[in-house]
Amino acid sequence: MIELTGLTKRYGSTTAVDRLSFTVRPGVVTGFLGPNGAGKSTTMRMIMGLDKPTSGDALVDGTHYAKLKEPLTRVGALLEARSVQGGRTAYNHLLWLAQSNDIPARRVDEVLGLVGLTEVARKRPSGFSLGMGQRLGIAAALLGDPRILMFDEPVNGLDPEGIHWIRNLMKQLAAEGRTVFVSSHLMSEMALTADHLVVIGKGQLLADMPMAEFISQNSRSYVRVRTPEPERMRDVLTAGGVHLADGPDGTIEAEGTDAAKIGELVAAEGVVLHELSPQQASLEEAFMRLTAQTVQYQAGPGTAAGAGLAAGPNWQQPPQTTAPGGPVDVSKVDVSQKEGN
Amino acid sequence: MAQLTRVLSSEWTKIKTVRSTVWTLALTFLTTVVIGVLFCLLVRYLIPAGERGVFDPTFTSFGGISMGQLAVICFGVLVVTSEYSSGMIRASLSAVPQRGLLMGAKTLVGVGAALAVGLVTAFVSFFLGQLVLGSELNTSIGEPGVLRAVIGAGVYLALMAALSMGVAWLLRSPMLSFGILIPLFFLVSGILGMIPRARDVAQFLPDQAGSTIMAVGDMGEFGGIDRAYGPWGGLLIMVLWVAAALAAGYATLKSRDA
Ligand SMILES: Nc1ncnc2c1ncn2[C@@H]1O[C@H](COP(=O)(O)OP(=O)(O)O)[C@@H](O)[C@H]1O
Ligand SMILES: [Mg+2]
Repeated sequence: MIELTGLTKRYGSTTAVDRLSFTVRPGVVTGFLGPNGAGKSTTMRMIMGLDKPTSGDALVDGTHYAKLKEPLTRVGALLEARSVQGGRTAYNHLLWLAQSNDIPARRVDEVLGLVGLTEVARKRPSGFSLGMGQRLGIAAALLGDPRILMFDEPVNGLDPEGIHWIRNLMKQLAAEGRTVFVSSHLMSEMALTADHLVVIGKGQLLADMPMAEFISQNSRSYVRVRTPEPERMRDVLTAGGVHLADGPDGTIEAEGTDAAKIGELVAAEGVVLHELSPQQASLEEAFMRLTAQTVQYQAGPGTAAGAGLAAGPNWQQPPQTTAPGGPVDVSKVDVSQKEGN
Repeated sequence: MAQLTRVLSSEWTKIKTVRSTVWTLALTFLTTVVIGVLFCLLVRYLIPAGERGVFDPTFTSFGGISMGQLAVICFGVLVVTSEYSSGMIRASLSAVPQRGLLMGAKTLVGVGAALAVGLVTAFVSFFLGQLVLGSELNTSIGEPGVLRAVIGAGVYLALMAALSMGVAWLLRSPMLSFGILIPLFFLVSGILGMIPRARDVAQFLPDQAGSTIMAVGDMGEFGGIDRAYGPWGGLLIMVLWVAAALAAGYATLKSRDA
């Protein structure tokens, strides 16, 4: 269990982590999602006692990490930045780690086998690929067989096979009843692995809920309508009791109905249709809307920054502005993959 | 106590499993011994008997230490800064979050290794030096003060390593640490030692103070410098410098983010 209460970190005038409070529970994979620079790595470093919080607190199993006598047997972490000296062999790197926490040396061979590095155990990590370096970091995290695991952007730089391996590893660790806390800046990645989701933006908590709930709240479905006669179309559909929203490129988004109903309404009035397609808003889009809002709230002076954001309901009616990066291509994330993996 | 033992063994594994520590310590030995022998040859054959002043054969055999200490400085600096330049400090502090314990163990292991190499270096330098000086000039380990001076030379090298480690914990960057330590001991200290006024101050620099422990006779007689302290006083001054450097390093490690 990891508990954060009001955790805050300021670097000069930038607030990297802003009053974060949440709990990471055992038995599930908790995804820690936020755009680059949101404060994920800083939060994880503070949990590890590497960086000192400006205020607030981070506890692992009810104590400060710095108080743990054999921390590697309690918490294993893969940090974002490399933390291996290139000139010391993989085996010796794990060996000194093991010795420092009274972990038997045979465990070194075990974890090397577990991550598939047995062949290169006597090689120097300076010659390792990104993926091999990542595997060595994971071996170090698993060394003490800890009940709490943290992975900061573990899939970065991995090939598809490695990504698949890490996803399964995290699920397996959670299934064993461990606390698994994994960060990513990609919603799609989280959708595939996380059971619980914590979203932050600009250091602030934006959402903290089960993945399933996040999906059901955010998988808005609608029908995209494209027409050369938007005025008439709106009148016809509104008269037919359809709720409308503006889509990108002058399209109309019809909510709370299906394509068949719209087709019939339009045909009855003879309006020209160029497109009529059912859409599923992607989680990626939901995530971008969520984080775009922090940007907006912070940009406007006088608005109560962060007020009501964490509680959530207001971000379900996002502002009409498109998220940064231009129009979002919807339906990129296929939620059904979650089970198939 | 159990924790200290295992952190010590972990630090020992760290230190012996990278090439740079082996190289720098080997270089400390070779540089000191080789230059010491050459220096003794120079003294024996090139300097006429009348110009030898009050000759200290023990101190003469340590003529290579001023160069050899540069290698031991590299050792001390690299042992600490390699943790920072590689990012491994994060792994180290994850494994041993008690920062004082980590620093203490690393310093003990580093200084211990430097002391072992330093003592071997000192004894080899001494005996080879005496051999080269020949029976007319040399002394023996049994003469008063000689054993103290030889062991002192080994201790001096270990203290130099400790000082460098303290500075490295403080500065974290290898370039910054070298940039301060190497010119200080290779140039500044020597130059100040030659300027009459500055000499009064320069004699309190760690290397100048510490090196009095390697001399059997009064340093004043050998180098023509009036020191305000004897060999033990000099050693104490150097120890104070080391303590200050380690304290500054500890304060930094304790307060700054890793
Ligand atoms: N050591 C540091 N000094 C100054 N600013 C920092 C430092 N570490 C992180 N930051 C800033 O804090 C913010 C959060 O960074 P980070 O935690 O790395 O985000 P994330 O991991 O979510 O991408 C960024 O704006 C980053 O520039
Ligand atoms: Mg990060």
